[in-house]
Amino acid sequence: MSAVPISWYLTLSAVIFALGVAGFLFRHNIITVFMSIELMLNAVNLSFVTFSYQLKQVNGHLFTFFVMVVAAAEAAVGLAIILTVFKNRSTLNIDDIDSMKN
Amino acid sequence: MDVILFLIFAIIAVVSAINVVVQTHPISSAVSLIGVMGSLAVLYLLLGAEFIAAAQVIVYAGAVMVLFIFVILLLNAGAETKRGRSFMVQLLGVPLLIALLGLLVFFVDRLFPRSVTVHFGGFSGGSAQAVGRALFTTYLLPFEVTSILILIAILGAIVLARKELD
Repeated sequence: MSAVPISWYLTLSAVIFALGVAGFLFRHNIITVFMSIELMLNAVNLSFVTFSYQLKQVNGHLFTFFVMVVAAAEAAVGLAIILTVFKNRSTLNIDDIDSMKN
Repeated sequence: MDVILFLIFAIIAVVSAINVVVQTHPISSAVSLIGVMGSLAVLYLLLGAEFIAAAQVIVYAGAVMVLFIFVILLLNAGAETKRGRSFMVQLLGVPLLIALLGLLVFFVDRLFPRSVTVHFGGFSGGSAQAVGRALFTTYLLPFEVTSILILIAILGAIVLARKELD
């Protein structure tokens, strides 16, 4: 009993992804919504690394690397957008940011 | 030993992820998210992904989360105000999510039998040398495109943070 079934890793990834979806759908604070997206990206990264182990290939690590780079760029731009929105509207609640609707 | 390490860090990851979602103050969510990322880094090490584990700690738990916490402090974000959600969301949201999770777990269980296992040291191709070799040969073009993406992201962030948009 010294080996972990590969399905446990994938199940853990699915659980974290579902929690990220829950945060994305149920939260009202724009920063927390953004952090939920990061949570989902991390869950997908775990799947990539697990499949990389299973297939004994390094390609999954490369995909994870690219996901990390894109997530870092996305965080920089997204947080700049949040800063601009807060400067103009003084709110972080996503229900109050509805200028595209009216 | 592998099972014990996996269970410890999987439980830390899941509890921290639940904490990210249920905490009302964004700074508590951010600290919990660092916990998720740290325990995922240990799981990467167990899967033989040394370089990715290091990058996870440096890029995610280091750079990205510092950026998040910096913005939370800068905006002085307080606790989320409670407000009524629509009836349908309260009624259907959680059961639908559990159904999604159940389906995912069902298919994972069907596709990967219990005999396929992970043990520490079973895959040693995740060193910085192996990743770097693949990165600069097979994945050279995506790597270069990524550098342009980061350049555009930096320019976008500077423009957004500097100009008054309306």
